[in-house]
Parts: sequence; structure tokens; C-alpha cells
Amino acid sequence: MIREEAQLNPRLFDKDVEQVPTRNGYGEGLVIAGEKDPNVVVLCADLTESTRSEAFAKKFPERFIEIGVAEQNLATIAAGLGVSGKVPFISSYATFSPGRNWEQIRTTMAYNDSNVKIAGAHTGISVGPDGATHQAIEDIATTRVMANMKVFVPCDAIEARKATLAAAKIWGPVYIRFTREKTPVITTEDTPYIPGKAEIFWEPKAGTRSKKAEVAIIGCGPLLYNALVAAHELDKEKIGVVVLNNHSVKPIDERKIIEVARKCGAVVTIEEHQVMGGMGSAVAEVLAKHYPVPMEFLGMQDTFGESGKPEELIKKYKMDVRDIIYAVRKVIKRKK
Amino acid sequence: MRNILSKGDNVLHEKKLKFLEEKANQIREEIIKMLLSAGSGHSAGPLGMADIFTAFYFHILYHNPKKPLWPDRDRLVLSNGHICPVQYVTLAHAGYFPIEELTTLRTINSRLQGHPHRGSLPGIETTSGPLGEGLGQAIGMALAARMDQKKYRIYCLMSDGEQDSGITWEAVMFAGKNRLNNLTAIMDRNNIQIDGYTESIMPLEPLKEKYEAFNWHVLEIDGHNFEQIVDAVHEAKAIYEKPTLIIAHTIPGRGVSFMERDYRWHGVPPNKEQAAAALKELRTLGGKIQSEHQ
Repeated sequence: MIREEAQLNPRLFDKDVEQVPTRNGYGEGLVIAGEKDPNVVVLCADLTESTRSEAFAKKFPERFIEIGVAEQNLATIAAGLGVSGKVPFISSYATFSPGRNWEQIRTTMAYNDSNVKIAGAHTGISVGPDGATHQAIEDIATTRVMANMKVFVPCDAIEARKATLAAAKIWGPVYIRFTREKTPVITTEDTPYIPGKAEIFWEPKAGTRSKKAEVAIIGCGPLLYNALVAAHELDKEKIGVVVLNNHSVKPIDERKIIEVARKCGAVVTIEEHQVMGGMGSAVAEVLAKHYPVPMEFLGMQDTFGESGKPEELIKKYKMDVRDIIYAVRKVIKRKK
Repeated sequence: MRNILSKGDNVLHEKKLKFLEEKANQIREEIIKMLLSAGSGHSAGPLGMADIFTAFYFHILYHNPKKPLWPDRDRLVLSNGHICPVQYVTLAHAGYFPIEELTTLRTINSRLQGHPHRGSLPGIETTSGPLGEGLGQAIGMALAARMDQKKYRIYCLMSDGEQDSGITWEAVMFAGKNRLNNLTAIMDRNNIQIDGYTESIMPLEPLKEKYEAFNWHVLEIDGHNFEQIVDAVHEAKAIYEKPTLIIAHTIPGRGVSFMERDYRWHGVPPNKEQAAAALKELRTLGGKIQSEHQ
């Protein structure tokens, strides 16, 4: 059942659970960060409304910088601001930033240790009808390999706001990943959020049908909701699981990941990203070194997405609730 | 010698001019020695830019080598990081770090990386090497200065070869639109890049008209004439509504006759014999004077 200390949305499993895009949390976070710190500046590459940079631009026009369709320049100008006492946030779609401007980010932010925050909007295939050109499914991999870079993947709008505010306070480059579609509000204001710390959202409790946790489902981003629904379903079948919100892909919470792997003996990872190099791979790196267990990886299996409705795409590319349940059963069979 | 705290509005009198000329020559000698010792690196660009670097660090910049992070300092952003030997030598001579450290260029555990890295060495404002990325960073610094109502100026030294890259023009467009009058770019117009002469690799001209079309004020100077360098920087300060580009015509390999104007010297260091010949030429000012080191 839902771990009490996580203080999740009490209406989480209601049919009409509140749904908000994570990018909205970014927009709210920017305004609060701007109020708190006069050095926060926002730069955007011709996607001000869509990346939710608009509220900041209206409130702090003197601290908003329109770059135009020039993502490489977006990165280098922000890098210059970041070494001059400013806390720049750069907003675009993730395929363009940190996609198109990857080398500028590597050289002028990561290696240069400039205090820039990169907000990648429209990640995952749930971007939907725009199709594969606009669905960033490689961004976790391409950012987490950079030294000095931190990578946060919030699961809902509230966590997205917290991640934005946390990034504004942390020195150095941070990448935060956002999504386009409305997705369920999983957390509340009171849900603990600490960069570098994974949170258990679901675990079997004494007195419930499934007393023992057999699999740890480790997820990040809005797909964590599917993981929680799957956990709820599995509980009915007396299969106990742990659901871990691994929102901080880098720095990664090694201790917590080893702890749940040790407790459960098997892991399923889920992310709206290529399975190669993503959050699941980061988990595998930790476990291969410290505590190897059988693993299943849900995500994009070395393929591009396509146009379609978000829910259709999530089904087609096997990241839906039933796919998680299937992966849990499969990984249980692989346990010795 | 005004290398502790030089002010941008110094008058360039006869004595100072002579000092700068001698300093630039000394810097060229050090570049040759450094490249010989490193065994790799770029020769032509650093020699060609020795006069401009000398003018900046010993006359133009408002800076304090003992306080490299002083917030009100002028910023000098080197975009084409591969010519860093000239910047390293100039910084050391200006007092940023010990001159003896120059021989560690490109060796393990050295602060003198093959391409400059901010944080490794005092006085390096930004990491560079991948071309085309300096101007955007200089723009970011210029925006920060404007927001904070600071008076410091930002100088971006860039090459002509990196005008090939799209990002340069993204930055040029932005600076023109935003009328960044606290930004001055200096282009090392030496006409060479790795694969050959710039106008045969990818024709750049007319550079002046191109920048003017992007709302820049453009000046063309002889990059080896200190009076012209200093005058151009003064004019740039007086231009209120635009960023300024100074196209500095330089001779790659300047001061070493067999390196001058030959693009093959872009990315290679001299060997022992070539270095000896180069040093002899520099020490005798091309045979004009006697050198005790002969």
C-alpha cells in the first residue's frame, strides 16, 4: 500500500484524479525562484508559452531573454550569464536543448562549471501527435554522461516545481526533464523531496494481502503513476512490490536502490526514455557493482516513437500498467 | 610597468609604445620555447596575436592579476582556444601565475591545458577550444553586466576561421539586436585555417558589410600596430548604440619569417632546429640588432 510517510495524493486511485502537465510545475517554480532570487534569469528559444516560461517573462520582463530559434546560442549565452553571478534557466524542447546544443552544454556549462539550469520540455513519447522528431527519448542518457551535470526527472507538476526550486539553489549545471501532457498529480506539498534521495512511494504492509515485497519497481517521471496502479493491481493478486521514485537520476541514491534490491531480490525499471543509457541503466550500473539481481527494463526498446495519442503510444510501446504487471511476473520467474 | 592594475584610459606615449613592442617580442620568444617543450600545439595563431594580447593585458584591460576574480574587472574571452599559448605567456608575464609554469603546457597535472579551461588557471574567463562558442559566452557576460549596471567591458577575441560556424552568426544577430555596446569583438583576420586559406575553404568576405548588416559597428586595423589597436578599442567604447567588431589584420606566424603567412604552421609546433632559427630571428628583430644569445 501507499507508504504513509510519502504523503501522496489521497485521491491517487480515483477515476477523476487531478491531472496537470509537469511543465506547469516548471512555470510556477520559475516565478517563485525569480521572486526569491533576483539573479534568476530565464532564456527561451521561441517556445515561451509552450515551455511555460511565459509567466516569468510577464512578471520579470527585464530578466527574460528571448534568443529566437538558436539553441546553440541559447546554451552559450546562458553559460556566460552563469559565470557572471546569474542563475540562468534555459527552456526549449529537449530534442533541441539538450539535443541540438549538446556540445555547447558539454563545453561551456559542464566542463566550464557554469551555473546553468537546462529545462527540457516535451520529453518521452507522450508528446503524442507531433511525432518522433519532437519526442525526446535520449536526453537522460546524453546529459547524465557529462561530468558536473545533475539530472532530475520529476513525476508530477508538484515535484516539477520542487525540482525547479531545488535546481535554482544548487550550484552548477542541472538538467530537468518535463513532459507535455496532463498527467496525474501523484504527490502533495508534504511529500519529501530531496535531490539525490529516492523515495519509496509504495510498499507491502503487515496485515495486507501481500506481506512480502517480491519486486522493486523503480521509475521516474509521470510513468510512476502506472507503476503505482500496477502495484495496486498486483496487491489484489497477493504479489507485493515496492515502488521507488528515482527522481534524481544523478546524483543517484545508491543506498536506497541497493536497499530495495536487497529487500526484493528483483527489479523492474520504467521510464519514458530509451532503455539504453537511461534511468534504468543508471540503476543497473549501481546494482551490477553492489548487488546484482534479475532486472527488466521498460521504456523505448531501441526504436523511435511516432504520432498518436499519448495513451495509444504508451500502450503500443509497452509502458502501460499491464506491461509493468507482465514485467513483474517475468522477473519473479527469473529469481533463483 | 603597469601590469598590476592597468587602466583602460592610459595614454599611449612613446615610452609605453616601446615597452609594448619589446614585451610582444618577448612573448613571441616564450611561445616558441613553450611549443618546443610541449611538442604539440599551434604556432601561427599565437605568434600572430602576440601584439594584440600584449596590448590588452599591458595597456587596455582594467584588471588585477593578483585578484583574478575581482568582480569589476574587464573580461577577455578567448573564443578560438587553440591559440592559448599566447594567452598563457601573456598572463604569466602580467603576473597571473609564475612564468616557470609555462613549460608545463600540455603535460600531465599541468594547469596549462591544451585548450583553456576556466578554473584551472587564474585569468582564464572561459573554457574554449570548440570553435564559435566564445562570442555567445561574451554576450552572456555583457548581459549580466548590463542587468547589474556594471561598467566593466567584455572583449571577445575570435578567429576568422570560426566565422564558418552557424553559432557565430546566431550570436552576431543577437548582439546586434540587443545593442550590446559593452561588447567588443576582435577578429584575428589572418586568412588561414587548418585546411588552407579561409577564402578557399569557405569565403568569408565581405566581413565588414556582413557585420554591419547585423547592426554592428565595424573597424579594420593593422593588428600589429599598437596605436591602431588602442585607438580602435577607444572608438568602440565611444559607440553607444552598437557592439563593435574590430577586424584586426594580422600575419600568421608574425616575427618568424618561415612561418609567416603559411597555413601549414596553423596546428604544428617547431622542432628543435626550427625553434632555434625562430628564436634567433626574434632576438635579433630579424637581423636588425645583435643578440647576446646568438
